[in-house]
Amino acid sequence: MTVPFDIAIIGAGPAGMAAAHEANSLGLSAVVIDEQNAPGGQIYRNVQRVIAERPEDIRILGTEYACGNGLADGMQSSGIKHLAGHMVWQIERDGTVWCSDGNKAKRIQARTVVLATGAMERPMPVPGWTLPGVMTAGAVQILMKSAAMIPDGPVVLAGSGPLLLLVADQLIQSGARLAAIAETTSFSHYLAALPKLPKALSAMEYLKKGLQMRRRIKASGVPIISGISGLRINGGAKATGITFKAGGRTHTIAAETVLLHQGVVPNTQASRQLRLDHGWHDTQHYWYPKTDVFGATSEEKVFIAGDGAGIFGAMAAEVSGRLSVLQIASHLGVIDVAERDRKAKPLFSEKHHHDAIRPLLDALFPPPAEILNPRDDATIICRCEEVTAGDIRKAASLGAPGPNQLKAFLRAGMGPCQGRMCGLAVTEILAAALGKSPVDIGAYRIRPPLKPLSLAELADMDTDPGTVTSSSL
Amino acid sequence: MPISTAHKNYDVAVIGGGMIGPALAIGLAERGMKVCILDEGDDVLRVARGNFGLVWFQGKGFGMPRYVEWSRRSAKLYPSFAAELKENTGVDIGHANPGGLELLLGDEELAHRRHFIGQIYQQGGGNEYEVEFLDRKQTESMLPGIRLGDEVVGASYSPIDGHVNPLFLLRAMHTRFQQLGGTYLPHHRVSGVVKNGQAYDLQTAAGTVSAPKVVIAAGHGLRELGPPLGLNIPIRPQRGHILVTERTQQILPMPMSAFRQTREGSIMLGVSAEEAGYNDMVDTATIAKIAQRAGRIIPALRNLNIVRTWAALRVLTPDKCPVYQESQSHPGIYAVASHSGVTLAAVNAKVASGWIADDPAPEEFEAFSSERFNAQKTA
Amino acid sequence: MLKRRHSDSEVVAITVDGVAVEARAGESVAAAVLVSSSEATRTTPVSESPRAPYCMMGVCFECLMEIDGVANRQACMVQVAPGMRIQRQLGARDLRGAE
Repeated sequence: MTVPFDIAIIGAGPAGMAAAHEANSLGLSAVVIDEQNAPGGQIYRNVQRVIAERPEDIRILGTEYACGNGLADGMQSSGIKHLAGHMVWQIERDGTVWCSDGNKAKRIQARTVVLATGAMERPMPVPGWTLPGVMTAGAVQILMKSAAMIPDGPVVLAGSGPLLLLVADQLIQSGARLAAIAETTSFSHYLAALPKLPKALSAMEYLKKGLQMRRRIKASGVPIISGISGLRINGGAKATGITFKAGGRTHTIAAETVLLHQGVVPNTQASRQLRLDHGWHDTQHYWYPKTDVFGATSEEKVFIAGDGAGIFGAMAAEVSGRLSVLQIASHLGVIDVAERDRKAKPLFSEKHHHDAIRPLLDALFPPPAEILNPRDDATIICRCEEVTAGDIRKAASLGAPGPNQLKAFLRAGMGPCQGRMCGLAVTEILAAALGKSPVDIGAYRIRPPLKPLSLAELADMDTDPGTVTSSSL
Repeated sequence: MPISTAHKNYDVAVIGGGMIGPALAIGLAERGMKVCILDEGDDVLRVARGNFGLVWFQGKGFGMPRYVEWSRRSAKLYPSFAAELKENTGVDIGHANPGGLELLLGDEELAHRRHFIGQIYQQGGGNEYEVEFLDRKQTESMLPGIRLGDEVVGASYSPIDGHVNPLFLLRAMHTRFQQLGGTYLPHHRVSGVVKNGQAYDLQTAAGTVSAPKVVIAAGHGLRELGPPLGLNIPIRPQRGHILVTERTQQILPMPMSAFRQTREGSIMLGVSAEEAGYNDMVDTATIAKIAQRAGRIIPALRNLNIVRTWAALRVLTPDKCPVYQESQSHPGIYAVASHSGVTLAAVNAKVASGWIADDPAPEEFEAFSSERFNAQKTA
Repeated sequence: MLKRRHSDSEVVAITVDGVAVEARAGESVAAAVLVSSSEATRTTPVSESPRAPYCMMGVCFECLMEIDGVANRQACMVQVAPGMRIQRQLGARDLRGAE
C-alpha cells in the first residue's frame, strides 16, 4: 500500500533546505528532490565541498555563501530523504511527482508539494549573445563555486544588477583580468531609486555590502562605464568583445569572455505546468506565481517557497520555506493554528526585514526596454529554434494573439529549453508590437516533461501508484 | 458596448481561426467575397495547435462512403493547395505524399485491421479503395535502415496518405487569408448571433460584427453557439496525446499513423483517445503507453529524448464523420465540424467554400448533414 | 576559455572528441570542456551555428553534448567520471545505428 510523503520538496536551495529542516523538526515525512548532486541550490552551490577542501576560497565567495553549509549539513543529518541528482519532469496537482535519476523514471506520492525551484538569470537577448565565449555572470560564479574556475584571458561584464557587481568583485579578487564593466544602470536610475531608500535603510547590511563591493571594484582600477545602450557582442565563430554606446559615443572593448547579467527572475516552468495563477511584476518585468504569506498557491496542495514566487533573495527564501511547512503542518493537523501563528510570528518579521531592501534594488536595476524588446530585428530570441525579434514582430502583424499561437507559427519555444530562454522576451515583444500589457498577452503553456526525458525511461517506468513510497525509498 | 474597429460590411463572417475556419475563409475570399474571421484569444482550447499533421486516407470513412471520397479528394488536392500557399505566402507547409503505413503489432492487431479495412472497402460497393496489406518483409523494404521491433507483423499501406507541418499550414492559411483581403479579428469571442434585417449580428466583447452569412467553424464552441440557431449537432471532446522528440537526422521515409518525422527532424508520436471531458491536462500514464508502443514498433526510438508532450481535445461527432450543415431555421448560417481539419483543409478551401458561396453543393453534402443523427435517434 | 585556480583535486581522465583531457573530481563535464578549449561545444540542428555553455545551471540547454554514447545530454548537469567519453554534438543527432 502507498504511504505518501507529507511533503515533496522540489529543489534543495535555501528555501528547500529550510523547508526540509522545518518539516523534520515538526515530525513530518518529507522528500527533497533536487537535480544537483549536493544540496545548496545555485546560491550555495557546492558549499560543503568548498568548506572542506578549499576553505580559503570563502574569502572570495563570501561569508554569506558559507552560511549555506549549516543548512546543507542540517538537512543531510536530519531524517529527511534527499533524492540528489533527480530531475523532476512532471508534477500533478494531487501531489504526484515524477522524476528521473537519468536512468529510470520514478513516481513519488505526496500529500503536498513545495516548489522551491528558485530563480534564473533573465535571458539577455542582444545581437551576438549566442556566440561561444558569452555566458551569464551567474554561470561564471557557478564555475567559481563548483570548480574553482575563472576565465583565462580578458573578461568584460555587461548589464546590471547586484549579481553583476558581486561577480565582478569576486573575479577581481580571484585574479581574473577584467577589461571593463559596462552597466546599463545610469544616474537616472539612482534618482528613481532614491524614494525607496528610507525603507531600505532598515536592511542596512545589504546596503553596506553593496557599497563595499563598489568601492573595492573602483579601487581595483577596472573601468566602470555607466548608462550604456545599444549593446552588441562582436565575433564570428566566438566572441571577441562588445560594442555599445555611452556618453554620446561608441565604445568597443575586446575580450575573450563576455559575461551578461540583467537581474534574476523566478523560474516558472513548474508553476506554469501546474497552471497556477500568475501575476506580473511591473518594475522587474517578470511572472510570479501568486501566493499568500505562507506560500499557498491557487492549487490547494501546492506551495511555493523562495525566489520561485518572486525575487527576495536567499535569506528571505529560507524564511519562506519554513513558513510554507508551518502552514502545511497546520493543514495536516500536526499543529494547530495558534501554534502555527506563534512559530510564524518571528519568521514574518524576519521576512519583512529582508524584503525591505527589494524596492530599492528593483528601482535601481530595472531591465532596460531594449533588452526586453530588442530593436534590432536580427537579434535571436529563441536560441533553440533560432527565431529572431523580427520574426516575432512579423507574426504579431499576422494577428498572433499571444505566445501560444506564436509558438505554433514560428516554433519559438519548441526546442530543448522549452521556452525558458525566450518566454519573457516573446511576451514583451508581442506586448510592444500589439500595444497591450504583458498580462493581456500571457505566457507559454508548459507541459511535461519539464526537461527532456528519454523515450525508454518514459516507456519503462511503472505508472502504478505506490511504486515509490516513503517506506520503499 | 465598444464598436469593433473592424466593424465593416462583410459578406461572410467565419467564427473560428483553427484549421477549418481559415481554410473555408481562403476559398470564400478567392471567390471575391469580403470575409472576416472572428477568433478567441491566445489561451483557447485550440485543437488546431494540437494536430499530428497527417493527411490521411486509410481507415477514414467507416460507415460513410462519401467521407472516403471526400478524404481522397482532399488528399489529391493537397499538392496544388500546398504549392499555391508556398507561392503566395512563402511558407512551405512541408506537404509530402510518400504514402503511409499503419504498423501492426501481433496477429490480433493484423486481423482486426484487416476486418476494419475490409468493411470500408465493401461499403464502397467494389469501387477502388487504395489500401493494401504488407507483410513484415514488404514493410521492412519500405523503411530502409530501420529495424522493426520483433512483434511487428506487417502494416496496412496506402499511397494516398501523406503529411504536412500543421503549424506551418495554420500560419500559411492565416497569411494567405490576409493577402486575399480577409480580416482576422483575434479577441473576438462570439457570445451570440442575432438576426438583424438581411444580416446577422455577431456579438463580441470587442464590438458587433455583421454579415449576411455566418460560418461556425468554432470547434467545441459549436455546442454553445449552435442550438439557438437551429444547429443541434451532437459533438463531444475526445482527448488525444502527442509526444515530440528532439530533432534528429531524417530516418522515417514516410508517415505512419502513430509516428511521423517532421521536416525539421523531430519525431511526433501519437496518439491516444480518452474520454476526459474538457480536461486537456497531460495524463502521465497515457504518455507512458504511447512511449511503450513506439519502442515496440521501432526500438531505436527509445534512445530519443522527448522534449514536449501535449493533450488536445478532438471535436468528435457520434460517427466520427464530418458535419457540413446549413441551418434550416436560420438560412445563411452554416456549421462545419470535424476532427480531421488537416486532411480536409484542401477540400474545405477549394470545394466546401463553394457550398457557402452559393455554388451548387457538392454531391457529398447530403451525407454530411447532421440530420443523420436525428434519423438515428428516431429509428 | 577557463582556467583552474586550484589544481590539487584528484585528476579524472576523460576524452573530449577522442583527445585525452585531465579533469578534476567534482567538475561538471561542461566545466572540464571549457578548460580545454574555447571553441563551440555544439552546433545547432537548425543552422549548425556554433554554441557553448551559457547558463551552467541547466536552463539554457546550450551545453548539449554526447556523453558516453548518449546524445544531447546537458554537460553542465553531469559530473565527470573516469574514462568518460565526451563528443561535441554537431547538428542533429543521428539515430541510425544507435541501438
